[in-house]
Amino acid sequence: MSKKILIVDDEPNIVISLEFLMKKEGFQVAVAGDGEEALAKVASFAPDLLLLDVMMPKKSGFEVCEALRTDSANSALKIVMLTAKGRETEVAKGLAIGADAYVTKPFSTKDLVVRVKELLGAV
Amino acid sequence: MKAKHRFIASIIVLGLLMTGPFCITSLLIWLDMKDAEREMLTRLLLQRLPIGTMMTLFGFGIGVLVLHKLFKQYVEGLLRMSETLRLMLGANRNFRVSPEGPPEVQQLAIAANDLAEQRNQLMDDVDAQIARAKASVEEEKNRLAALMSELAQAVVVCNLDGRILLYNNRARLQFKALALGPTSVSGGALIGLGRSIFSILDKSQVEHAQEVIRGRLAGGKTPISNFITSTRGGQLLRVQMVPVLAAGNDGEHSMRGFVLTVENITRSLEQEARRDQVMHSLTEGTRASLGNIRAAVGNLIDYPDMDAELRERFVKVVDDEAAKMSRSLDQTMGEFSDSMKARWPLEDILAIDIIAAAERRINDKLKLPTKTEDIDDALWIKADSYSLVFALTFLASRLQDHYEPRELRFRLTNEGKLAYLDLIWAGPAMSSETFYTWEMDAMQIGSENSPLSLRDVIDRHGGEIWYQREKAAHRAYFRFVLPLATPEAIGESEERQRGSGRPEYYDFDLFSTRDTTIDLDRKLSDLAYTVFDTETTGLEPSNGDEIIQIGAARIVNNRLLRQEIFDQIVDPEIPLKPESIPIHGITEDMVLGKPNIDVVLPAFHAFCEDTVLIAHNAAFDMRFLQLKEERTGLRFTQPVLDTLLLSAVIHPNQESHKLDVILERLGIKIDSRHNALEDAWATGEVFLKMVPLLEEKGIVTVRQAIEASAQTRFARVTY
Repeated sequence: MSKKILIVDDEPNIVISLEFLMKKEGFQVAVAGDGEEALAKVASFAPDLLLLDVMMPKKSGFEVCEALRTDSANSALKIVMLTAKGRETEVAKGLAIGADAYVTKPFSTKDLVVRVKELLGAV
Repeated sequence: MKAKHRFIASIIVLGLLMTGPFCITSLLIWLDMKDAEREMLTRLLLQRLPIGTMMTLFGFGIGVLVLHKLFKQYVEGLLRMSETLRLMLGANRNFRVSPEGPPEVQQLAIAANDLAEQRNQLMDDVDAQIARAKASVEEEKNRLAALMSELAQAVVVCNLDGRILLYNNRARLQFKALALGPTSVSGGALIGLGRSIFSILDKSQVEHAQEVIRGRLAGGKTPISNFITSTRGGQLLRVQMVPVLAAGNDGEHSMRGFVLTVENITRSLEQEARRDQVMHSLTEGTRASLGNIRAAVGNLIDYPDMDAELRERFVKVVDDEAAKMSRSLDQTMGEFSDSMKARWPLEDILAIDIIAAAERRINDKLKLPTKTEDIDDALWIKADSYSLVFALTFLASRLQDHYEPRELRFRLTNEGKLAYLDLIWAGPAMSSETFYTWEMDAMQIGSENSPLSLRDVIDRHGGEIWYQREKAAHRAYFRFVLPLATPEAIGESEERQRGSGRPEYYDFDLFSTRDTTIDLDRKLSDLAYTVFDTETTGLEPSNGDEIIQIGAARIVNNRLLRQEIFDQIVDPEIPLKPESIPIHGITEDMVLGKPNIDVVLPAFHAFCEDTVLIAHNAAFDMRFLQLKEERTGLRFTQPVLDTLLLSAVIHPNQESHKLDVILERLGIKIDSRHNALEDAWATGEVFLKMVPLLEEKGIVTVRQAIEASAQTRFARVTY
């Protein structure tokens, strides 16, 4: 059965690319437009991996990540944070609060696919 | 025994003398007589008793009159004279006793005056010698003070307690600019000799810096410490501290005080913050859009066989995001163009100063005459004057080489936020190629080289330059366009006018005074005072009269500080009484738009902090302040001295204690007395003269002065 990926981002222009890309790679894909919706979709859709944008309205990516990691039921869930902030301090923070990978925009789609597959053990 | 008591005793003695011998003789005779004789005598006497009594009373009356006259002339006359002699001894040695009364007293007065004259000459000699000796010391101090006052940096010197012993004009202006709300009306009252620096700077930071310096001293390192502090108004100050050292016994240096140089860095930090913002919006702001584009393009490349509709959507993403990036770039450049300029230290300078410097160099170096026309002498520009003058001279030398103009002219005008500095010459048109090479080549004047090109200099100034012809006048010019500066408003002229002597910006004697808190048992000469005066709408504070002006000055270390003043007209919020206007000279026009007492009183309260108040007829002024206590919540709880009462203490036998009369009596010359501030100054001078006179009377401390004042008859007047 194919793995499930939840894309969390408020910008349609990136969501369209990510959604297309992940579907082409054979994943099941769902999309959430903000942090709160993301938490709800994690419960209903039960994804294996989250592509999580940091800068979002309502709840930031950091908050979503922290909320998910406090619940041990989600310990198998992989989280890849996507951000336009390139500061090392933020990378450190993201990894510290439980992200599995931290990808800075702009990124190469190929590299992203490789990282996602690595994390899902699908290579 | 007081003169009055002695007078009464004398009268009693006189009475006894007149009746005593008669009574005793009568008693003796009476005892010696037989009954029949006694009866006859009684009859005889009783008939003649009225006339005898009358005669006695008459004689007694004349005796009393003579006694009174003698007392007036000799005892009281001498008392008055001794008071004036004391006056000559102390406050006013040019005062002379007026010879009056009986000849003996007049003789005494003349002799005393002669003695005083002789003493005067002696003292003049001594004074002259002392003055000579002092002059050199004073000159040295003045030189130091002058040096400090002209420094462009704000400098404050404090003793270890943080009391200010020196500050320069720059510091005064800088802290004045920092003063918030009400304190700004007091002309930068926060800074002043003997005041605490901790009202401006954070105490713990200053103490920490002192610790750092001690540590560095102990470790044999350069004793210096820096910190950045924010004021209550949110301004940021960079402060550098170096110690004032005194050589100790064992050759060790101990810290006796410290020198602070203070720089307001709020503006430059703001610029830095804006620069940061630009960087941020140009990096992180672009990341997101670029990320979107890259992802879309990646898909387009990797999956060339996607359907047309999807392809269309990806292309649209690229188009969208590229447009968004362009917009944000434009916006950023527009908003932050000021901050984007290369950081080169530019100073605010008067443009005519640049022209004057350039003219001098051109005349000197190139022997080329220059003139000016249409000069706006009030234009401030932001410039690096050295490179700008170099550039002007460089252009002049090129012009001389190529066109040999007979003279050059400068013109200075402005347009909006830009200054136009034109270098004009008469001659043929030049080609744009020529000017281009002049613009781009490294500059050279004779043997002097600059690594910069004209273009570099222009870029550094954030300016422009072009070549233009005035065809009608057959001449051409280079136009330098330079951004105008808005120089910090500095009311220096006003500051300089006040007082003709040197400014009282320093008092090194404060190094040793470690405590200036008000202690009633400290010597009068050791305390800090605020002398003040108010002008009011009328004389009845309890009947609605209001303050319309407060003037005050400070006395620190026995000196009246003419620079540290409070001078404010107050809007009384009631109409002025026409009959009072000639007295205080303040008209409706003058109070219009001035702050009301709610604004002024807190400032005045802060100005008086930690000082004893002094006023002439203080009860009157204090009543006005007390009536405002409820409204403003401010209480003036410090001790108050009244020069009127003190005058009555010093000269109880003088009739008048009006300020004018006292000034004359104490030999104080005042330029003018028109308003509250000048009256406060006069009161201050009077007080300083009184301190030694009070000392002669055994009144040394503030407590003694207050107690003695309360005993005078004037102390009972209330308002």
